[in-house]
Amino acid sequence: MSTNQQVSPEQRRYQALAKKHTPKPPVLRHAVAAFIAGGLVSVVGQFLTNLYARLLHLTPDKAGNPAVATMILIGALLTGFGVYDRLARLAGAGLAVPVTGFANSIVAEALEFKREGLIYGVGGRMFTLAGAVIVYGVVTAFFVGLFKALVK
Amino acid sequence: MASGATLRARPAPRRIGKQTVQFENPPAIIATGTVVGPLEGKGPLGHLFDHVTEDELVGQKSFERAEQMMLQNAAYTALNKAGLTPEDMDYMLSGDLLNQLITSSFSALAVGVPVFGLYGACATSAEGLGLGAMLLDGGFANYVMVATASHNRTAERQYRYPNEYGFQRKPHAQRTATAAGAAILARNGEGPRVTIATTGKVVDRGIKDPYNVGAAMAPAAASTILTHLQDTGRRPQDYDLIATGDLALYGHRLLVELGRTEGGIDLEPVLDDCGLMLYGQDQEVGAGASGSGCSAAVTFASILKDMRDGRYKRVLVAATGALHSPCSFQQGEYIPTICHAVSLEV
Repeated sequence: MSTNQQVSPEQRRYQALAKKHTPKPPVLRHAVAAFIAGGLVSVVGQFLTNLYARLLHLTPDKAGNPAVATMILIGALLTGFGVYDRLARLAGAGLAVPVTGFANSIVAEALEFKREGLIYGVGGRMFTLAGAVIVYGVVTAFFVGLFKALVK
Repeated sequence: MASGATLRARPAPRRIGKQTVQFENPPAIIATGTVVGPLEGKGPLGHLFDHVTEDELVGQKSFERAEQMMLQNAAYTALNKAGLTPEDMDYMLSGDLLNQLITSSFSALAVGVPVFGLYGACATSAEGLGLGAMLLDGGFANYVMVATASHNRTAERQYRYPNEYGFQRKPHAQRTATAAGAAILARNGEGPRVTIATTGKVVDRGIKDPYNVGAAMAPAAASTILTHLQDTGRRPQDYDLIATGDLALYGHRLLVELGRTEGGIDLEPVLDDCGLMLYGQDQEVGAGASGSGCSAAVTFASILKDMRDGRYKRVLVAATGALHSPCSFQQGEYIPTICHAVSLEV
């Protein structure tokens, strides 16, 4: 966000007053909830990884792929059943940061805009929230890769 | 040039003070219709609304359609109660929150009344009542319908995130109410009367957070209420109730403080807020309600009833609106806000 306007002394005074009257989010409670929820998601992910490694006779590295795919499916299903947003309201970053949160952001957009049709609605809107993550994830990966290649 | 000078020299007969008009023949609000969603129906005022919908989709194919159906339902309910038909209406003044006022336009198409579209965000109810009273007192109409609606799901997807997206709400966030209200104003008739209207100026005190509209709108409410009191020579205690649009919990507290520091008056004894009345404290709606339907439904269903029952004689409805758009706040602009006030008397 840009700050493209001048702040008058009157606005500055009111900003301070409004800040005084605006409640602070319960950061500690949010952090604890995120830690527990994120931890639980990770435990499920690890369980799936171990399960796939044993059932499909994969190395732990390879078993990660079907495990992630399953987590995405679970996140998408919970979004479709209207549960994910309620859980995330409590868990916060614990459900937003893992791959399930990524799935939630895409499926929520797709569901929301299906009435605008498959092209402009689902197709066009699906990555409105996730797009930024993808773009900057890819850009970051590119520069990290470049750095790694040069340092080697 | 000469005629311009004479026009300027002669004051408009019904203007008082800087931003206020006083009606010669105050129009009466003869009937109202209100329709709210399920959560609003479970709130403390639930039993006062004409219709409570079973779900948020009301059997429609989209939430936008549902919002239109609710507005039309409110309009027809008001007409039925007044024993009038759409043909009797000279004008409909209607506003909502959706881009290009689609709720109002599609509803006006269905009802078939000449229409002026209003955009005052959550201040639309008082804006409509004030303008409607001007049309009637000016002799331009016999009946005017004032209508507005908002819908939680349509507002969420336009202003914020898709409905199923999981995120943590800030404690000061307000919930856009699923509610529609319509009122019929008449030149002659029985009911609480619109006696005075004060039109607000757009106010910007440097609040950028679109989740903190209560704090953004409180200075607009202070500006309009203080100007109204100055223009009319009234004091806060001349009103049984001053009901702000939807400042919710924290905006309400800020307005009380602004009244003290900027106006040197104590508004608290008579001040209440539609955004605080609509939901119960156990309904997990953050700081309270917002949305253009909120002040309309609360005013039309609850405050007017209390006036007809004799609980209040004189009420100032000061509806507040945040006039930002997703575009303006993404570009880093502050939230422009407004407050329109109408004095209702029995």
